[in-house]
Amino acid sequence: MALLNPDLVDVVRQNNEFNASACMNCGVCSAVCPMGIELLPRKLFRYVLLGMEDQVKVNTETIYSCLLCKVCEVNCPAGVHIAENVRSLRHFINRQVFRL
Amino acid sequence: MPLPIGDTIGILADNLRQRGSVLPITARNATRWAKGLNLPRGGETVLYTGLMFQLIPYIEEMSRAEEKLGDSWLANFTGLGRQVNRVVNISAFMARPSAQVRAAYDQVLVNVATLLRQAGIDYGYLYEKELYSGALIYDLGVDEVLEKHARKVYGVLKKHGVKKVITVDPHTTNMLRSVYPTMIEGYDLQVKSYLEVLAEQGRKPTQTLAGEVAIHDSCVFARYENVIDQPRALLGQAGLTVREPEDAGKFTWCCGGPAESLYPKKALANAQKRVDQLKRAARDGVTMCPICYVNLQKAAGEAMRFQDISHYLCQAYGPNKEIE
Repeated sequence: MALLNPDLVDVVRQNNEFNASACMNCGVCSAVCPMGIELLPRKLFRYVLLGMEDQVKVNTETIYSCLLCKVCEVNCPAGVHIAENVRSLRHFINRQVFRL
Repeated sequence: MPLPIGDTIGILADNLRQRGSVLPITARNATRWAKGLNLPRGGETVLYTGLMFQLIPYIEEMSRAEEKLGDSWLANFTGLGRQVNRVVNISAFMARPSAQVRAAYDQVLVNVATLLRQAGIDYGYLYEKELYSGALIYDLGVDEVLEKHARKVYGVLKKHGVKKVITVDPHTTNMLRSVYPTMIEGYDLQVKSYLEVLAEQGRKPTQTLAGEVAIHDSCVFARYENVIDQPRALLGQAGLTVREPEDAGKFTWCCGGPAESLYPKKALANAQKRVDQLKRAARDGVTMCPICYVNLQKAAGEAMRFQDISHYLCQAYGPNKEIE
């Protein structure tokens, strides 16, 4: 059973924007990703919204593999700011996991 | 196996915080390109290189060293390396590119300076006062370090009375034009890339070029800064046939470069996919970002030849030949 952190989205959002709730889970982002990152951003952002902190942390490599190239973002029908959201997650991991 | 992410980011962030750049290089190496050009020091309008072209040869050397380290037992000591790096600049020992490679990247800056001068733009250069923009640290999400650095860069520009900044590469353009204003209240610098400046000038070429090139848009120029039409217009007016690859303009395919600092192998695999697309469009490729250039050329090997856009522009709009 996953341990949920109801404050996770607020912690991630602390300094940056995190507008993942606009995501309607259509999968365009995954289909066009040059890195073939199936996980981002749909499931990953959902983990944040649901407070599944451990699931976010185990996907650290995926979070840092994103190129921030924004090809997903220009194709996103819901206007999710995917690159900025990924940067917010990096900021979160830097502080919470790497203690930077 | 990639090096531990946290320690690698830590080293890069420590370098920016302590030494003003993710990979510190000497002022001599940063400003060598301007030798003999007699560029005025400072001024209301400056050409701001952001050290990107000067840094790439060093980043490449570091990346090679990282790949070797990642496959060896030494990878387990990256944390210790971070501690040592706080006292001694270890990157100075790990990254020593050849003079020939450095000169090739410096030539792009010479080309840009020449083009701006030829277009009648009055500008200066900050020489050793110029700082790296912090783009990599921003991408890696170390916002606290980046914010302090951004204020430092802005402070240098303000101290020297700069009002307008002409940038060379997409990453510096994005940082100075779109990122810094979100971090610094009252930020009032006008920032344009040299491609935008030259396109606005609308000068006729001094020499007509022949041939065709496959254009590779930088993600940052195309999707962050909307610099898409200007390079095409400049190359087209120069006489070149601009071939569009499968994914181009707003929907350009990334060169993979942003993954280079943490995952060099993933970066290369992505660049190979892009080279395949570009190769189908033309034998010669044109880039407008040093990161794209180095990644694509490395992936292409002998299969394709890349040139920075300034190479063609200098041939067409410059004083008939590049300054040697």
